[in-house]
Amino acid sequence: MNMVADPREHLVVIGNGMAGMRTVEELLKLDNGRRFRITVFGAEPHVNYNRIMLSSVLAGDKAVDDIVINSREWYDENDITLVTGDAVTRIDRGDGTVTSASGHSVRYDRLLIATGSRPVAPPIPGLGLPGVCAFRDIADVDKMLAAAKVHKRAVVIGGGLLGLEAAWGLKQRGMSVALVHLMPTLMERQLDAAAGQMLQRDLDRRGIAFFTDGQTEEITGTERAEGVQLADGRFVPADLVVLAIGIRPNIELAKAAQLEVNRGIVVTDDMRTSDPAVFSVGECVEHRGNVFGLVAPIWDQAKVCAAQLAGDAEALFASKALATSLKITGVDVFSAGALMAADESDDEITLRDDSRGLYKKIVLRDGKLVGAVLYGDVGDGQWYLQLMRDKQDVSALRERLVFGRAFAETGSGKPAGTDFAAMPDDTQICGCNGVCKGVIVSAIQDKKLTSLSEVRAHTKASASCGQCTGQVEGLLAFAAGVDAKAVKKTMCDCTMASHDEVRAAIVADRLKTMDSVRHAFDWKKPEGCHKCRPALNYYLLCAWPDEYHDDAQSRFVNERVHANIQKDGTYSVIPRMWGGLTTPAELHAIASVAEKFNIPTVKVTGGQRIDLLGVRKDDLPGVWNELGKAGMVSGHAYAKGLRTVKTCVGSEWCRFGTQDSTGLGVKLEKMCWGSWTPHKVKFAVSGCPRNCAEATIKDLGVVCVEAGYDLLVGGNGGIDVRVTDPLVRVATEAEVLEYAGAFMQIYREEAHYLERTAPWIARVGIDYVKKRLVEDAEGRAALHARFLHSQRFAQIDPWTERVMGAQAHEFAALPEMAAG
Amino acid sequence: MMSANWKNIGPVANIPRRGARRLCLKSAGKPVAVFRTGDGDVFALIDECPHKQGPLSEGIVAGNTVTCPLHNWVIGLEDGEAVAPDNGSARTLSLRIVDGDIFIHLPELVAGDQV
Repeated sequence: MNMVADPREHLVVIGNGMAGMRTVEELLKLDNGRRFRITVFGAEPHVNYNRIMLSSVLAGDKAVDDIVINSREWYDENDITLVTGDAVTRIDRGDGTVTSASGHSVRYDRLLIATGSRPVAPPIPGLGLPGVCAFRDIADVDKMLAAAKVHKRAVVIGGGLLGLEAAWGLKQRGMSVALVHLMPTLMERQLDAAAGQMLQRDLDRRGIAFFTDGQTEEITGTERAEGVQLADGRFVPADLVVLAIGIRPNIELAKAAQLEVNRGIVVTDDMRTSDPAVFSVGECVEHRGNVFGLVAPIWDQAKVCAAQLAGDAEALFASKALATSLKITGVDVFSAGALMAADESDDEITLRDDSRGLYKKIVLRDGKLVGAVLYGDVGDGQWYLQLMRDKQDVSALRERLVFGRAFAETGSGKPAGTDFAAMPDDTQICGCNGVCKGVIVSAIQDKKLTSLSEVRAHTKASASCGQCTGQVEGLLAFAAGVDAKAVKKTMCDCTMASHDEVRAAIVADRLKTMDSVRHAFDWKKPEGCHKCRPALNYYLLCAWPDEYHDDAQSRFVNERVHANIQKDGTYSVIPRMWGGLTTPAELHAIASVAEKFNIPTVKVTGGQRIDLLGVRKDDLPGVWNELGKAGMVSGHAYAKGLRTVKTCVGSEWCRFGTQDSTGLGVKLEKMCWGSWTPHKVKFAVSGCPRNCAEATIKDLGVVCVEAGYDLLVGGNGGIDVRVTDPLVRVATEAEVLEYAGAFMQIYREEAHYLERTAPWIARVGIDYVKKRLVEDAEGRAALHARFLHSQRFAQIDPWTERVMGAQAHEFAALPEMAAG
Repeated sequence: MMSANWKNIGPVANIPRRGARRLCLKSAGKPVAVFRTGDGDVFALIDECPHKQGPLSEGIVAGNTVTCPLHNWVIGLEDGEAVAPDNGSARTLSLRIVDGDIFIHLPELVAGDQV
C-alpha cells in the first residue's frame, strides 16, 4: 500500500473488539471506503470475535470458529490493514501518531479508541497462582477448558451475569462447581431478591453450590490453586478459580494521552473525546456518567460514531433503557430498568408462581412502565422494554400488564381485565353454579338488570363463593354500561345500609336486638332475609357477648345443627383433636361409634382430624354422646369460627424443631375454640421454617425459629391462594397467645360477615393491622382482653348441650299423635 | 269428625318460631315440612325445593318465606311458589289448627310413607 499516494484520510482504530469493528462496519456501509482508509490494531492474536458468546464456547454449545465475526478475508476485502497481537502503547496527539508495542508507528487523521475493559482483580493473595484466571477472552476460555479436562473442582468468584455463565459452562464441562458471591442474592444489579432467589434455587438444583454473603479473603495453594478461603471461615476447595467480579474500562492509554477520563474515557453525545479528532466507543467510554457492559447501547454508539465520521453532525447517542438476559440453557431471566419501587409514589405489581418457577415484577411511575424483572417466562421482555423506551402511558393496561402482551392488549382499552366482546358465549363464568357468559349477558339485556345483586338473583352467577364477582361486574359493565363498583354495597336488599354502618350503630347506639337494628335502619322487610339475619345475629353476638342470646333460627343449617349437611341430607361429624393430637382411647371411641351407627365413611381431614361422614340427623345426639364419653367435643368443622390448629411435631420429636409447636398449637386451640367469627378461621404452628404445618396459607400462622416465633396473618389456601403477610416476631409463647387473641378480636370486630381474613386484610391493608396490633401495645392488650371476655360465654360445647336435650326438636321428626 | 286422611301432628308449640320440622310421615313418597312463622302462622310443604330438591325444612324462615339451604332459592310458604326471578313451586299441603293441635291432610298412605 502506498501511503503517500493515497489521498484518503487515515482512520486508526485501537482495539479489534466488538465495538471498534462494529463502528468500522457501520462506517463502511455509509462511506464504502471513499473517505477513509482504515488500520486496526488488536492486542489479541485473533481476528474479531463475539465475546458475548464465550460462555457458549465454554459450555460446549459453540466452537471458537462459530463466534468469529469478521475473518481475515473480510479485512482484506474491505482494504483494512489489520495488526493483531500488537497492542498500541502510546498515542501522541501532538503529531497525530500511535505507536505499538513492537515499535510500529502510524499517523492518523481520525483516531477511534475501542480498548474495551478488563476484569476487576480483587486485592487478595493468590491471584498469581496457576489455576486462577478471569473470564474475559479466548485465552481464559482455553485455560478453563484445559483445567476441566484434568481437574475436578472449580470455584467461580462473582455471582453476576458473567460468573453465572462461567459456572454453568464449567458444570457442563463436567466439573463440580461452587460459586462465591459477595452479596446475599445473585445478579443483584439486574434482579430483585425474589428473582435472585429463584435463580439460585434453580441453579442449585442443577448442581451448582452457592456461597452467598461470601467475601473472598485468599486463594490458597502452593504449586497451584487449592481453594478459596472466605472471611467468615468457610473454605471452598478448588483446582480452578475463575474471577468474574466485574469489569473496568481500559483508560490508561487515553489517560496517558491526556484525554479527559473519569471512570471511562469521557465522550459527548457525538462519541468524541475531549479531542475532536479522537473518538471512543464501547466498554471503555463514559457517557453522561454511565459506563456500558451490555451490547445494545454499544451498537448504538457504533452507529453514531460511524455517522459522525462520515460527516453527519446530527447523529447523537442517547442512553436508552437496557435489558439484561442470562445465557444459561433453560434458565430464562430478563431485567430492564428499575428493579423496585424507588419510593411510595412508585407501584410494584408482582406475579409469582413458585411451583411453575415463574416470577414477574413490573414497576410503574406516573402511569409509565419504568422497570421489569422476569423469571421463568421472558417472552414479554421485549414488549416491556419497548413500553419503557416509548415512555407510553400504560394506566389503561395496568390491571393486565403483568400478565403479558397477549392478555393485556386484547382488552381494547377497557379496564375490566378481560375482553368480554371476544369471549365466546359458552365460556363458563361461575363455576359453582355453572353459569356461562351468554346466559349472564342475555339476562342483563332481556331483564334490564343494572346491579350485581340482580344479576345474582336472576342467574346465580357469583352467588356462591363469589370468586367470579369481578367478572360478573365486568359483564355488567360490558352489557349494560353499569359500573358495579361505583354502586354502594349494602348489606342486602333489605336495607340501604352497609356492613360498616350497621356495625358502628350497634355499638354506638347500643342496639342489642335484631329488631332494634332493623328499626333504626328502616329495614324493608320486618324479619329481614337469609342474608342479613345471620350477619346481624353475628354482629350482635360479637358486640354484646354477655347480653345477646344467639338466635338459632338466624343461623345457616350447619351452625344450627352443629354438623355439616351433606348432599344426600345426612351429616358429617368431626370431633376436635387439639393441635392434631389424639389418643388410643379417642380412636377406640371413634371406631366403635362408627360401627355402632353404621357410619359409611371415615376420613382423615386436611386439618388433622377425623371426619365421620353419612350420619343420619336423628343419630347425631347419639353419636355425640358416645364421643363425649371419651372426652371429645365439637370440632366446629361447620362453623364460622375457629376450625383447626394444624401443627407439626416440633422440638419434642423433630430433629429440626426449634420450639414446641404441637404444645403451642394446643394452647392456641384451647384459647380460641368456640368463638364465632365473620367467617371460618384456621391456624397452624410450624416448629421450624421448613413449615410442615403450612402456616403461610392460614388465617393465622406461627413459624417457630430459634429466636422465637414469627406470626403471619391473612393466608388462604382455597380458590384464591394468598400467602400470609408477616405480622411480627415475638420471643415467648405468652406473646403469641396475646397476639392471637388480639388478632381474632380485631377480625371479629371489624371484618364484614362472610369475609375471610385474606380479603379483609387485602381490603384494610396489613399496615393497618400492624398499627393496631404491633405498634399499639395497649390496644392489643385491650383486644386480647375483650376476646377472652367473649370466650367466657362462647366456650360451651354445643354437642354436650344437645346431648343434654337442648334444641331436641332439631333431631327428631314431628310425630303423629295417637288418635283419640 | 275429620276423615282418616287428616293426621294430628301435635301442638303448634312443637315447632320453633321462624323454624320448621320435618314430619315423620311422607306424602306419596315425598317428605313433608311443617313451618311456623314469626307471626305464629303454620304452613306445610313437600320438603323439596323445586330447584334441586333441597330440604326446605332446614332453611331460614323470614316473613312468609323460606330460603333453601342449598342454593338460596326463596320459596313462599302460602303458595309454595319460588320468589322471582326464580321459577318453580313446591306442593302445599292443607292444614287445620284444632285446639292448638295441627292437623295435616295427607293422601292415602302408600308403602314407605311411614318413616
